[in-house]
Amino acid sequence: MSDNDGSAADLGWQNARIIRIEPRTATIKSFFFQLPVPLRHRAGQHVDVRLTAPDGYTAMRSYSIASAPDGTDIIELAIERIETGEVSPFFDDVAAVGDDIELRGPLGGHFVWRPADAGPLLLIGAGSGLVPLLAMLRQRRDVDSDTPAALLLASRTWSDVLYADELLVESERPHGMQLRFALSRQAPQRPQDYGRRIDAAMLAEVIGLLPAAPAAVFICGSNGFVNTAADAVLAAGVHATAVRTERYGG
Amino acid sequence: MVTRGFTGRPKGAEPTNRIPPGQHLVDYFPVLSAGPTPRIEPENWRFTLKVGPRPIKTWSWDEFNALPMTKMVRDIHCVTTWSMLDTQWEGVLVDDILADAFIEPPTGFTLAHSFDGYSTNVPTADLTTGKAMVALKYAGKPLERDHGGPARLLVPHLYFWKSAKWVNGLQFTERDEAGFWELRGYHIYGDPWREQRYTSD
Repeated sequence: MSDNDGSAADLGWQNARIIRIEPRTATIKSFFFQLPVPLRHRAGQHVDVRLTAPDGYTAMRSYSIASAPDGTDIIELAIERIETGEVSPFFDDVAAVGDDIELRGPLGGHFVWRPADAGPLLLIGAGSGLVPLLAMLRQRRDVDSDTPAALLLASRTWSDVLYADELLVESERPHGMQLRFALSRQAPQRPQDYGRRIDAAMLAEVIGLLPAAPAAVFICGSNGFVNTAADAVLAAGVHATAVRTERYGG
Repeated sequence: MVTRGFTGRPKGAEPTNRIPPGQHLVDYFPVLSAGPTPRIEPENWRFTLKVGPRPIKTWSWDEFNALPMTKMVRDIHCVTTWSMLDTQWEGVLVDDILADAFIEPPTGFTLAHSFDGYSTNVPTADLTTGKAMVALKYAGKPLERDHGGPARLLVPHLYFWKSAKWVNGLQFTERDEAGFWELRGYHIYGDPWREQRYTSD
């Protein structure tokens, strides 16, 4: 297996049109873009988005693709408003259906999952760190993969949980993934969920939901969250080479 | 293409000719890495110089710390678009590592290797004549694990993925052999002033 294919293929900037905007939580909205040139991305990859001011100043940021590789000309990005940012407040306050936005991709050849990859699959996310993991779960569903999978999603409160309804539906279908929520500032909503920050004991329990040790682990969130989760996964006996991380805030 | 409704620089952000195109200043030091953050104790730390497959010299932590130390103040630029100005580093110039091994730069290309299996390629000329170091301190303190401690490569004039964290060796190669990110869609050289972010840039 090689990570090196296609990741540099379709890299020109293109004008993508916003065709739909859906609020997800108080601070996160999904933006659906129609692309002149469809992306052939892999689950977990991102795009670069570029904004240009009348004086020529540009601001560029990377956003993970939430939609599965599905062969269509539409991709979904879930963008969280960062108050101190210069791009995400623009999306929250200004961007509207019908606007054209420059983007390019797909980018990133490491934090990617393919249905043919060995399982079981363990996904650990915090907040909007769910987004690249959701693309993996959506593709797993779309191709009817029977690779065993589990998702541990950390959020502050239940109302901060991204895509809660979709995740619950996905966890309840045949071959659905195991699902656990960890809420740091609210009591758990289901008996099997957690009302605390993630820790090694929690990770050991979630790994225990899988029929065998995970062959691939994807962790996405803030640096502190990723370090805690990665150390817990290693403490559970998973080899470091099986663990891929994506840290935002960079 | 001008983006409808995008007014440009946030208030307080000063335009400066020290920030390459597409970059923005941050007021903290972001952390990015592809896998778990390794823990490397000084007694297990080694740094090895190789020419092709052949090891030339290996240093322990104490031996490496006995090499001449140099301070550098440099601007750094990450491909994810953040930049920091005037970052303060202290470590051993690649020139001084070569001198301690009594060798001249043996080939035109170098692969830097790290404890976690990471690698990145840099032309040897971009590492020598005072351009690059193996950094042991940042802002006057021992380099934190999150930022590559105990030691990272510092090649400040290239995008920061070239400044390999947790570096444990330099390998001189006959050809320019792509490293970890260079095999995964990122530019083979990575000059921020030419915005060489991705393979096709």
